[in-house]
Amino acid sequence: MNMDLIRDRMLAFKHNEDGVGFSKIRSEAIDLFEQVGIPTSRNEEWKYTRLGGLFQSPFTFPEMSMEVIEYSANYLPGHDTANIIVFVDGVYSSVQSKVTSKGLQIMSLEEGHKKYPSFVEAHLGDSQRYIQDGIIALNTALIHGGVFIFAEKGKLIDKPLYIYHLVGCQRNNMLSQPRSLVHIAPGAQLQIVETYVSIGQKESLTNEVMEVIVEEGALFDYVKIQHDAVHANHLGTTYIRQIGKSVVHTVNLTFQGKLVRNNIQIIMEAMHSEAYLYGLYVQDDKMHVDNHTVVDNRVPNCYSNELYKGVLTGHSTGVFNGKIFVREDAQKINAFQSNKNILLSETATINTKPQLEIYADDVKCSHGCTVGRLDEEGLFYLQSRGVSEGVAKALMLHSFMMDVLEQIKDVELREYIDQLIVNKLHLS
Amino acid sequence: MLRIKDLQAGIEGKQILKGINLEIGAGEVHAIMGPNGSGKSTLASVLAGRPEYEVTGGSVTFNGKDLLEFSPEARAGEGLFLAFQYPVEIPGLSTTNFIKTAVNEVRKYRGQQELDAVSFLKVMKEKMKLMEMDQALLTRALNEGFSGGEKKRNEIFQMAMLEPKLAVLDETDSGLDIDAIRIVSDGVNKFRSKDNAVLAITHYQRLLDYIVPDFVHVLYNGRIVKSGSKELALELEERGYDFIKNEIKEEAAA
Ligand SMILES: Nc1ncnc2c1ncn2[C@@H]1O[C@H](COP(=O)(O)OP(=O)(O)OP(=O)(O)O)[C@@H](O)[C@H]1O
Ligand SMILES: [Mg+2]
Repeated sequence: MNMDLIRDRMLAFKHNEDGVGFSKIRSEAIDLFEQVGIPTSRNEEWKYTRLGGLFQSPFTFPEMSMEVIEYSANYLPGHDTANIIVFVDGVYSSVQSKVTSKGLQIMSLEEGHKKYPSFVEAHLGDSQRYIQDGIIALNTALIHGGVFIFAEKGKLIDKPLYIYHLVGCQRNNMLSQPRSLVHIAPGAQLQIVETYVSIGQKESLTNEVMEVIVEEGALFDYVKIQHDAVHANHLGTTYIRQIGKSVVHTVNLTFQGKLVRNNIQIIMEAMHSEAYLYGLYVQDDKMHVDNHTVVDNRVPNCYSNELYKGVLTGHSTGVFNGKIFVREDAQKINAFQSNKNILLSETATINTKPQLEIYADDVKCSHGCTVGRLDEEGLFYLQSRGVSEGVAKALMLHSFMMDVLEQIKDVELREYIDQLIVNKLHLS
Repeated sequence: MLRIKDLQAGIEGKQILKGINLEIGAGEVHAIMGPNGSGKSTLASVLAGRPEYEVTGGSVTFNGKDLLEFSPEARAGEGLFLAFQYPVEIPGLSTTNFIKTAVNEVRKYRGQQELDAVSFLKVMKEKMKLMEMDQALLTRALNEGFSGGEKKRNEIFQMAMLEPKLAVLDETDSGLDIDAIRIVSDGVNKFRSKDNAVLAITHYQRLLDYIVPDFVHVLYNGRIVKSGSKELALELEERGYDFIKNEIKEEAAA
């Protein structure tokens, strides 16, 4: 009966012309959703992450709200001078957003469409055309309240863009579906940091889609921090196209949440592009965290390097699936991937699967995954120097994560994240 | 200071120490020698509290307290230090941060005030000079990619920082060139006092030229089979372990 609610909502949206110009893409999404529905575990992409439970009880859908929400406890370092976007229940709140950097434009998706119709029409929905996924279709079918982000040609955006997703969990089962389209013009550089804040005690589901188009000579630096409430569920797709020779650097951090699925898909469409993917997940209790990544090499001479690390305890479950595609004729590709896990309890589990599909012959690819326990030798070494067991464990875990943490280049941001980990590990 | 009585211990059901008796008084230096596999590192590990080893009999008291009852970190707090035969590499853990944590944990245990960043650095610089350590080493991850000699020097450096009462040195001289042996020995000798003691495990007389022992013990097949003065080490160097093995056979026959 929840599905009926969703369908009614979709139909209402089909005829709703608020989101001017989006009716075509919405109808496509509705058709796709009708066809594929909410993914089940029969779908190879969702084998270890069951969504059924999330769709049992009726959702509350967000209103277009101008409500200003206080969230200063969750400010990222440098908040005052940063560029800010705030979503409330998945809807862009322009009054709470601000631009401080020259060369950066932020506007609603509708405005973006008016101002840059050909770009928006060409690229909005790219992710849905890439993978036929019910979750992306669900977001797309209900597109509204989205945001358009534009880093102008040749502009090095001097301050990061912080995106705060505030979700009101006072009401039942809020379905929040943030949507953004990011255009990084030739030669521009932009860093986006996303973080999620649930307010209230009720369970919620965020189903986010961000599409990023990176042009020639541009740099896109992306950090996603998930340390939201324990009752928050999160499905997120970050779909990045490198349509010109460019550099993309992503760090995906998950420390809290009930069920979390991160999709990062990087499509390398221009020669000599580089992509770096890093991830860290620290899980306890019954947290479920699923990281799916795609690096799709469509042209020769690209370089990618991926490192995801996880620490799991309690009854938590983790999934890592890293795909590397090397298309026919995409010669001289260098693609590396590694996933390393430490299990701290007998009851925690991780399913890790590298997936290489290579259709070119002159390529250098490597992948590896490890699942282990905390190194006893190291632990004893530290203890023998007087360091108590708890602190020694935390130091060991922290050192395990170091090579991912070091990828966060901004010192203050890195220290902020370090502190989240320290708190999580009860090390202080 | 340290009193080991009929200590028996093993690992994975295999008995390795078969009744060790040893007393070390304050201010003394003891050397333990013995062939490979005789149980020297096992003794050191049991003293330090390595969890894989199981004590099956006997007792160890350290300054009057039952050492075996303490966790490894409490043993360090009580003043025991083990320089590892094979120091562990821990990538991602900065050497300086680690030593600072260790120093302050030990100070906390001893009821001393924790060192602030400034005074810690001051002490560290002092001891580094003593060990002729390159500052660059300390900014690197703990032992990661350190040469054999650098690792051993780092062990003695940590000893100097933690100010133990009894330092157990497990083959700290192995793999060191002659200059490094001199530096490490200098470090150990500066640490020596009437209140401190050293237990040096070694295969070679040359270390004992620098760290002159009051007593030398031979560990063989899980037992201390011979004890003597520093001349015993010279004799072993000359004659090897065979004469001791033969003595044991003769005793057994008698
Ligand atoms: N984890 C283990 N499992 C089984 N046997 C072990 C283990 N560790 C040590 N041993 C055995 O215990 C015995 C004593 O080893 P130990 O390391 O104490 O010798 P050692 O005197 O220090 O030798 P070396 O001079 O080579 O350092 C050896 O026979 C060794 O094989
Ligand atoms: Mg040994």
